[in-house]
Amino acid sequence: MIFVILFAGTRTMSKSYQSINEKIAAGKAVVLTAEEVIDYVDRKGLEAAAKEVDVVTTATFGPMCSSGCFLNFGHSKPKMRITEAWINDVQAYCGIAAVDVYLGATQLRHNDPANMYHPGEFRYGGGHVIEELVAGKKVQLFALSYGTEDYPRREIRTMVAIDDLNQAIMVNPRNCYQNYNVAVNLSDKRIYTYMGILKARLRSMTYSSAGQLSPLLNDPLYQTIGVGSSVWLAGARGLVYSQGTQHTSLVERSENDVPVEGAGTLALSANMKEMLPEFVRGVSLQGYGVSLALGVGVPIPILNVDILRRTTVRDSEIYATVMDYSEDYPQKTGKTLGRFSYAELRSGQVELLGKKVPVTSLSSYYKALRICELLKAEIQSGSFLLSEPSQPLPAAQAMRGLECVGPER
Amino acid sequence: MSITKKIYLYFPKSETEKPIVYQLVKDFNLIINIFRAKVTPEEEGYLSLDVTGQEADIERAFAYLSTLEVVIHVGNKGLRWDAERCTHCGACVVHCPTGALAFADTATRRLAFTEDVCVECHACIPACPFGACSSSF
Repeated sequence: MIFVILFAGTRTMSKSYQSINEKIAAGKAVVLTAEEVIDYVDRKGLEAAAKEVDVVTTATFGPMCSSGCFLNFGHSKPKMRITEAWINDVQAYCGIAAVDVYLGATQLRHNDPANMYHPGEFRYGGGHVIEELVAGKKVQLFALSYGTEDYPRREIRTMVAIDDLNQAIMVNPRNCYQNYNVAVNLSDKRIYTYMGILKARLRSMTYSSAGQLSPLLNDPLYQTIGVGSSVWLAGARGLVYSQGTQHTSLVERSENDVPVEGAGTLALSANMKEMLPEFVRGVSLQGYGVSLALGVGVPIPILNVDILRRTTVRDSEIYATVMDYSEDYPQKTGKTLGRFSYAELRSGQVELLGKKVPVTSLSSYYKALRICELLKAEIQSGSFLLSEPSQPLPAAQAMRGLECVGPER
Repeated sequence: MSITKKIYLYFPKSETEKPIVYQLVKDFNLIINIFRAKVTPEEEGYLSLDVTGQEADIERAFAYLSTLEVVIHVGNKGLRWDAERCTHCGACVVHCPTGALAFADTATRRLAFTEDVCVECHACIPACPFGACSSSF
């Protein structure tokens, strides 16, 4: 009899979102970070740990180019239907309603010489404007219009801060790449890429993932993270509003189902007025352009043993693929050079093509760890509840390329 | 016993005509290793250098410099690392030839700047996406 009860208790262990949320609201949820859960399960065993642990917090911090925000400035007197706008001289998209604009993270400042004198410095752009807005700084709005009978004003120049705006809503079509390429440069000259400065003749290597802390590497088959999931976006309560752009689930995976290349992505949104400046940072990549680095935290509800097992994935079990960014990446040859685990990459040096190569990162493990801890504290205090996805992320979706066929003759 | 001090000298316009380095070598027996310098007549300028010599000679040299209008900073002043701007990503690490910028803690991957080891090559400045490293010059 006792045996039967134990058996039933372990094999059928499952929790619901509702029961986990009830425990969170009561301040009784057991929450571990994606790093802590590894040792915890080693110590306690999967079955016992699955009964105890309610939530595992995952996170990432790094440049996420497909980010931006919708801003609503409110109406001036007389009114204006803005057709062109610049915020701190960075152009925003105005092809929407009168005083709504979309400011993209990679937009350069007006008159930036870009790569005219290569490599350009790209000191300031959309990502930096977003950083300054979140930091509460005043920014300059300059806007033009053709004027209409109901919106007669044709020009505005004024200073605004985020609290002066009706809405500042971050809407990012692609964040949290499930895994990512590792970049090297086999050519004879240094190259400047979105993976940073790559030294010539394989003298440096860059990766960009939080590895064992990264949200989609802890839920490789999208069993809990889906459209509608609650996320922590730079300190604000946000959500996954869609699959991210370039979401690709049909990729090569290791035996543990973890992709060995870029795969799933998330489209995220949250109120920028609630964000913490520490996790919203403009990025300047010499010779490449500007971007925005963001901190994202995603809680994983431990609904069953399998979901818990997947959160115990560690850096030594997650592999990433090396590509040559001087030739194979830009020319899309499909050639790859090798594969390393994040444990090997984080050691600071790996051996590739018979050469010892120093390794660096664009993703901050330190900040990701901090986000895991901050989100854990919010869940433990009962202030952050989880939400069940309303739709799963596509599970069998391939990546399309673009065929350039030229104009029809 | 001979010691080495890293110093940074700031020259106002009035002092750019004086052969200060020559005096440091000749009158105080110092060995000079200049990392970076910009001294143009009629303009303000700076010198970032190591001085090696007897402690007493270095003290006398500093006393001499203080009779001029030169501002002396002891320590590395050529490269500034802003701890607030640093996100600890590590993009600088492979570009720093001396390990002055390195992970201080392998568990948390916190990055730290060790000023003494920095040779002011400035390779980190373009490598940092967050503008955490900047030049004083």
